[in-house]
Amino acid sequence: MIEYKLNFDEQLCITCPTRDCLVRCQYMDIDKDTAKAEMQKMIKGEDSFVLHECVTCYACEEYCKRGNHPFYLITDLQEKRGIFPIPKPLVTQWVNAITPGRKDIKQFWGAEEPVISLCVFPEYVDSIRGKLFEGVSIILGRHICCQPGYVHFGNPSLIRERLPRMIENIAKHNFKEVIFFHDECYSAFTSYASAYGIKVPFKPVHFFDYLHNKLKEHESEMKLLNNKVAYQRPCTSRLTPEKEHFVDNIFNLIGVERVERKYDRENCLCCAGIIRGQQRYDLFVDVQKRNVEDMVNAEAEYCVFNCPACYSSLSELVAKKGMKPIMMHDLCKLALNEKPAGWK
Amino acid sequence: MEVIGMDDIYKSLVEIVGEEYVSNRREELYIYSQDPGMMEPHEPDYVVMPKTTEEIQKTVKLANKMKMPIVPVGGSMSLSGLVIPHHGGIVLDLKRMDNVLQVNRKSRHVVIEAGMTQGKLKAYLERKHPDLRHSIPDSPPSSTIVGNIVIHGQGRLTQQYGFNSDMVTGLEVVLPTGEACKIGTCSVTPYWFALAPLPDLAGLFLGWFGTTGIITKLGLKLYPKKKLRDAEVFVIEDPNLVPDIIFKLTHTEMTEDIVVSAQPYPLIFKDIISIIILITGDSEEELEFKRRMIWDALRTYINSNEGGFSMVPPDMKQNLLKMPSDDTTKLADVMKGGGFEYAGPIIPIEKYPQAYKKLLELTSKHGITFGHAGRVIGRSHCIMFSFAYPFNRADPDNLKRTKKALHDTNIASLDIGGVPWKPEVPAQKMIMKKMDKNTLDLMKRVKRLLDPNDIMNPGNWEAE
Repeated sequence: MIEYKLNFDEQLCITCPTRDCLVRCQYMDIDKDTAKAEMQKMIKGEDSFVLHECVTCYACEEYCKRGNHPFYLITDLQEKRGIFPIPKPLVTQWVNAITPGRKDIKQFWGAEEPVISLCVFPEYVDSIRGKLFEGVSIILGRHICCQPGYVHFGNPSLIRERLPRMIENIAKHNFKEVIFFHDECYSAFTSYASAYGIKVPFKPVHFFDYLHNKLKEHESEMKLLNNKVAYQRPCTSRLTPEKEHFVDNIFNLIGVERVERKYDRENCLCCAGIIRGQQRYDLFVDVQKRNVEDMVNAEAEYCVFNCPACYSSLSELVAKKGMKPIMMHDLCKLALNEKPAGWK
Repeated sequence: MEVIGMDDIYKSLVEIVGEEYVSNRREELYIYSQDPGMMEPHEPDYVVMPKTTEEIQKTVKLANKMKMPIVPVGGSMSLSGLVIPHHGGIVLDLKRMDNVLQVNRKSRHVVIEAGMTQGKLKAYLERKHPDLRHSIPDSPPSSTIVGNIVIHGQGRLTQQYGFNSDMVTGLEVVLPTGEACKIGTCSVTPYWFALAPLPDLAGLFLGWFGTTGIITKLGLKLYPKKKLRDAEVFVIEDPNLVPDIIFKLTHTEMTEDIVVSAQPYPLIFKDIISIIILITGDSEEELEFKRRMIWDALRTYINSNEGGFSMVPPDMKQNLLKMPSDDTTKLADVMKGGGFEYAGPIIPIEKYPQAYKKLLELTSKHGITFGHAGRVIGRSHCIMFSFAYPFNRADPDNLKRTKKALHDTNIASLDIGGVPWKPEVPAQKMIMKKMDKNTLDLMKRVKRLLDPNDIMNPGNWEAE
């Protein structure tokens, strides 16, 4: 097996004037000097409290404006030092869940571009219907699942073991571009692959990029929604912030107002699903409460999700607080006078 | 000697219940000859659907006169062939007797007829008394409440209040000789509130599978129904942890129900034991308080990295909160051949690891798949440990291997100190073989005393 090594520039880190990666962390209170000391320990492969307290929200990747990879450094070191952020049985569950089995179909017969990968979310197949998705082929299954979730579980080497095979499975079809429904997939095939020097022979396209283009094609048929919405950024969007502008572009096109609130954009809070998985119950409750109260105070009518996992984690509380939880593409359908799948 | 032919029996039955409610047609006898489990089918001679206790009394008296077997039937859902008429005779289908006779709100109990189904009582209470509930088992809604009581069934409230048969407040029974008899306070007063403080005669009928009499009416405890419910799932890999986890959870006295489950597919469940914990509350605050108590109770296992609370997505949660759960039904169809049976011994909690090990050993030995669910009974007093085997009825080899696995499971259950629950006839014989001789003799004497002509559901609880 090829040993993929993290492209981390130690010198760049040592000379950093801000230490934003740790100083801006929303879950640990770290000053600049401490940040410097802890990063130096981690660069040397030594233990640090950061390795034990990290909620694995990926934010430090975005806070590092020098293009280094502090988050990947943390997770690689967690694995090296045997620090499991999540109890072992939960890790076993998720390792098994996404292990391609004998029954997984290796080929997508008849799939033609444009192609949308639904990763391992078959429950969303019915939602990929209507004007926005005319003529698209869907591919999904464990044998093309991007697998980056393992950075949450303290075993990121499994990503490096599996991701090249997933890339190979997709590449067999000679697609020039693949649209990734799951933010995590897009970030895996772009940010993660690039950080470890894994070659991707097709162009990953973010789902929101695709949605934006399709909405523009249908602009004349659209009715402006005139709703106030809160946006729940997923953790993996921290890995590829360069495509975040599509969120605002889409909101502008369909006529919704992204409410101004404390926990949005770079200051966003994690959906807390993974914090719950870390068994930090008090923090989980606190983070979700602050996040949702912030949406309520900003008078959001909808909470718009990008990631199915965030939706799973947060939608119940959002609904209890009187807002409508909705996936981005379903919100777009409303602007085209189409009902999202399952709506009555 | 008066000789009566089959035609005369048919006519007599028509006289008792009316022509519409008697049948000896092959297609109907076929239906009553089997259940979805593995016991060999056997057709009855007649099927009768009475409407009243008096009609049952008359039918029983006729059966006595004819020395003809009589088998009372509810939903026929035991899966272990407990109402298959092994010696033919009359099947007494009680489904027409499905009325709620009274609900006592303040004393929280209901009196129902014997054919009342789980689904109908649930719907009735939801409509008329939304703050009351009964202990719903995970059998299909068409299974009957009396059927569940007679086999010492369990349900959603079993972890709090014991076996569903512990929730009986009174009985009306037609004895094998035809007399109708009341048991509990209803035998003294018009009220069906308890079996105590009288001598407990209910034990003459509970767990006997209809071999000592026919329950025609039942008084059943109802319980407070909270407005909200929620589910947590704690996952572990080591079965040795289960007894202590259950002990700790039940110590909180905060849970509605605790079910331990394991299955090899889908892969997310492979090598994992899930402990499903249900909680209820009248407010979000009450739920939150209970949730925290439960998390705190298992903190030791979280800290040691041996277990953790799983993420429960909304669709999965919805499934866990279903009453009854349809997981069993889904499992029943895994092999796509219309066959499903489980041995569900009641075992002491501390024997869980042994039973789990045996489950893996037997399924591997016989090359079959499994689903396992164990419902905690009482505050860690014991657990129903199901060894559930779906099979393909159209595949003789699969059928044979599953049969062997069930046989081995019953032996193993007794060996580890458990007792097979709702055992099929061969397992009943295994139990009786192992039973204290004086106890077995007492059972025989009771049976002989109540059923001198040995007409009641013959084949069941018959010693060698």
